[in-house]
This record gives sequence, structure tokens and C-alpha cells, in this order.
Amino acid sequence: MSIPISKTIQDIKPSGIRKFFDIVSEMKDAISLGVGEPDFDTPWHIRDEGIYAFEKGKTFYTSNSGLKDLRIEISNYIKHKQGITYCPDGEILVTVGGSEAIDIGLRAMINAGDEVIIPQPSYVSYEPCARLAGAKPVIIDLKAENEFRLTPQELEEAITNKTKVLILPYPNNPTGAIMEKGDLEKIAKIIKEKDIFVMSDEIYSELTYSETPHCSIASIDGMRERTLIINGFSKAYAMTGWRLGYACGPKELLKQMTKIHQYTIMCAPTTSQYAAIDALKNGDEDVKTMKMSYNQRRRFLLNAFKEMNLECFEPFGAFYVFPCIKEFGMTSEEFATKFLEEEHVAAVPGTAFGKSGEGFLRISYAYSLDTLKIAMERLARFIDKLRS
Amino acid sequence: MREELLLVIEKNSRIDLKELAVILGVSEEDVLNELQKLEKEGIICGYHTLIDWDKTSVEKINALIEVRVTPQRGQGFDHIAERIYNYPEVKSVYLISGAYDLLVTLEQKSLKEISAFVSDKLSTLDSVLSTATHFILKKYKDHGTILEKKHNEDEREIMI
Repeated sequence: MSIPISKTIQDIKPSGIRKFFDIVSEMKDAISLGVGEPDFDTPWHIRDEGIYAFEKGKTFYTSNSGLKDLRIEISNYIKHKQGITYCPDGEILVTVGGSEAIDIGLRAMINAGDEVIIPQPSYVSYEPCARLAGAKPVIIDLKAENEFRLTPQELEEAITNKTKVLILPYPNNPTGAIMEKGDLEKIAKIIKEKDIFVMSDEIYSELTYSETPHCSIASIDGMRERTLIINGFSKAYAMTGWRLGYACGPKELLKQMTKIHQYTIMCAPTTSQYAAIDALKNGDEDVKTMKMSYNQRRRFLLNAFKEMNLECFEPFGAFYVFPCIKEFGMTSEEFATKFLEEEHVAAVPGTAFGKSGEGFLRISYAYSLDTLKIAMERLARFIDKLRS
Repeated sequence: MREELLLVIEKNSRIDLKELAVILGVSEEDVLNELQKLEKEGIICGYHTLIDWDKTSVEKINALIEVRVTPQRGQGFDHIAERIYNYPEVKSVYLISGAYDLLVTLEQKSLKEISAFVSDKLSTLDSVLSTATHFILKKYKDHGTILEKKHNEDEREIMI
């Protein structure tokens, strides 16, 4: 018999980055600058709270939307950070990582043929999730000269009468770009005029290094009712393996999302939810300490690039830098492969995040300064050879 | 910058000036000035090295001694604390709240030397009422550093 395979899923390519990891794990002295998750352990008091939940036998399902206490803490957190109020009953849904929220958010909004605007380079899931939801992805190729921010012109040009949703991925993986309040206001004006909706993926919201903290587009006048905020615990609290995220938005939308969540997932992991309550209540100092380390590494890398004369705009978010390697006349993939083969350092080619990533390399600084130091020595040697 | 600078060098006092300047995002001159100020103000009190002597052939015995004392009129605990901390074999002296007054840590080459210090020097001080000596058997973590660190491989796999 033939194995039944959906046409939609068959047409979606697997992520091509795996092969880099496989090579790294074979090489003894290889350094990876590839991963997209914190190098810190989850702060002990948060882990302890998870252990306590186990000990107390809190191992049952929670309500579909998540523990009420957690939703209240999330509501307080957003109120405190962004000045926006979301009702814990009906406007907040606890999900299995931000990734689930992206998936079910799109599925709850899209009818077949609707267009979803995806600025790239960006996280690899948006396009496949949009396709799986039956949407037509419309890609905006962001530009280095705009520091990979989305400009009003770019947005306006991408909007058609079929446009339903704009995905706004800031602070950005892989570029480290951010959008500040002034940038968002210009975008918001068009979004309101054209009457479209925004899915704002703010998973890196705690990790910004400019003078003003992260601003959510939902906090801009008239945008709360047309924004779905995606956030989670993975990046801010170093909790990737706990698989916990959340979505906040208008209750009509959340109601539909909750149905998908209810029928496919039931509820997010209970232990993780108890631990997350503690993260929100007592984790501010930990976030501050980790952010300070990231910022030191960020400065170190930017200085290293400057010393090698390698072009890179200053990124103010997430834990990635995105240097330009166009001068070497190779594709990103060729550069990354040669760098790995010759110097045993793995970095992710920019094209993994969309074709506008061509000519760039994503370097993660979720690594210790000592590791980054060795990697930068090797990078300097590598590009010296290429230039001579 | 001050707090961040202190946090960095508290963990790594060997970091060089240039690197400090880079990671803090200021000039080398600013770092140098700030370090000098911190030293002058007595905020930076020294640059030490954390050594696990157990891994060497050098014999060192550490003890914690709880000391109950009678505070002296007009000087509280300061005078007796000074009498104790002036002995070079005393590594630290803390004033403690609770069941006793001073916590003294001591480093010597043998048990005999420690007991000699306690019986001949410490106990004989006029205001010392009593002492209780605890020997340290093994150090797991010292100054925020785990001494028997298990080697953790980086198990993170997902690149995007």
C-alpha cells in the first residue's frame, strides 16, 4: 500500500540546518555558535518550584487556558511592562511554547487563500505554519540598510486586498533587530488604515539593549484590538525545555484559539506552569543578570568584528549578531560550510531564515565569553586567509 | 558602570583592562579611573585567587569557631574582634546575630595547631565566654564557585 502523505506537508522543506549540527557533533574541537537558546540554566528557584509541584502531586491537567494564577501573573506582567490590560479570563492562553501560539493563532485567523505577510529574515516557523493554515505567505525582504526594521513603504507595498495578518517578529531572530516606538507608530498607522491584524512575536522582549525597553505594538493607540501578542518563558528565563509560552489578544480570537488548543493539546505542561508562576513573581533579578551577560558578549562580538573590519550593524535585541560576509564572494551557505570545515566553528547561514538572509551569517551569543573569544580568533584567521 | 564592573571582576579579577572596556562599552581610561577610585574608597579590598588546597600536597586544616563574648562598654564588639583578627592565622571574623557573637575562621597546618590556638590564645582572652570549634571536612562550594565541578557537555542541539 502507499503511505498516505498530505500534499501540503510534503511540499514543506525540512530545515536544512541539521547537517551543520551533525558535523559539529563529529568534530572534537568544534565550536558551535549556532544554537538559539540560552546557555544559562533555568534559575534554581524556578526549578525548585517545578520539583515542589511534582512532590505535591500536581501532575494533572490544568484548565485548557492554563492555571488561573499563571494567567493572572501574565496579565500583571504585561500591564507592568506595556501598560496594556488583558483579562486573565478569556484574553490570555497558556501554550506549549511560543511556537504553539504561532501555529494556533494562524489557524484561528486564516481562511484558505488569505495572505499572511512575513518579513524575513525571521524565525523559520512562520512560513510553514502559515502554509499549514492554508494561507499564502507574502514575504517582505528586509534590508540591512534599514537595520532590518520593517519600513512603512515595505509594508504598504506588500498589502493587497487579500492580506489578513502581518507577522511582526521583533526583537528579531536572526538579525537582532528591534523596532522602537517611533518605528511601530508608523507601521501601526498603515495597519489601521488597511484594516489588517498583527501577530506580534515578542518572545525576545526581555532581551533588548537599547536605552528604552521593548515596546509592544499592542500598546499603541488603537492597536490592542488588532494585535495578538506571542510571548513565553524560554528566552527570558532560560526555560526552553519547559515548553511554555502564551498568547494575549482580543477574546473573540482567543476563544477560537482555545478550541484548537483544547482539541489538540489539552493544556500546557502542569509542572512548567507552576514553575512559570515563580518565574514571573521572583525572576526579575535573574533576567537582569542574564541580560547583563548577553550585553557584554554582544559588545565583545561587535568590537571583534570592528577589529577584523567585518561589516555588521549594531543589533539591540535577542542574542544574535548578523554580520555581512558579502565581500568574500561566497554564498552564506558556502561561507558557513568552509568556516566549519577549516576552522571548526559552526554559524548559521543567513539564508536559513529566508532568501534575504543571503550574504549574512547568524552568530548566536548564547555562549560563554571564553567560547566566543576562541571563535573570534578563528574567524579573524579565517577571513585573513580569504582576504589574502 | 560601577555595579556592573564590580560584578564582572568579582568573578574574574584577571580580566584585562581592554576586555573590561569592551564588554562594559566604555573607554579603558574610564575603567582604570573607576578601578582606582574603587580601590581608594576601600570598595575593592584586594584581588585574591581561589585555591582548592585539597588537590595539592600542602596540608591545610580549616575550622569555624563560634565565639561567645562579653561586649565591652563603649566599644561593643569591635575591640575584642580586633584582638582576634590581628592573629595572622585567623582568616575571617564576622559578627553574627543569634546564639553566639563572633564567627572566626581559622586556617592551620594541623588539628594540633588549631586546638593550640583555641585553648591558648582565643579562650584565654578576658571577654571570651565560650568557644565551639567545627572542623571543615570537605569544601563543595567556596566563594560562589563549585569546586568539584562536573564537566557538562553542551547538549543544546536545536540551531534555529
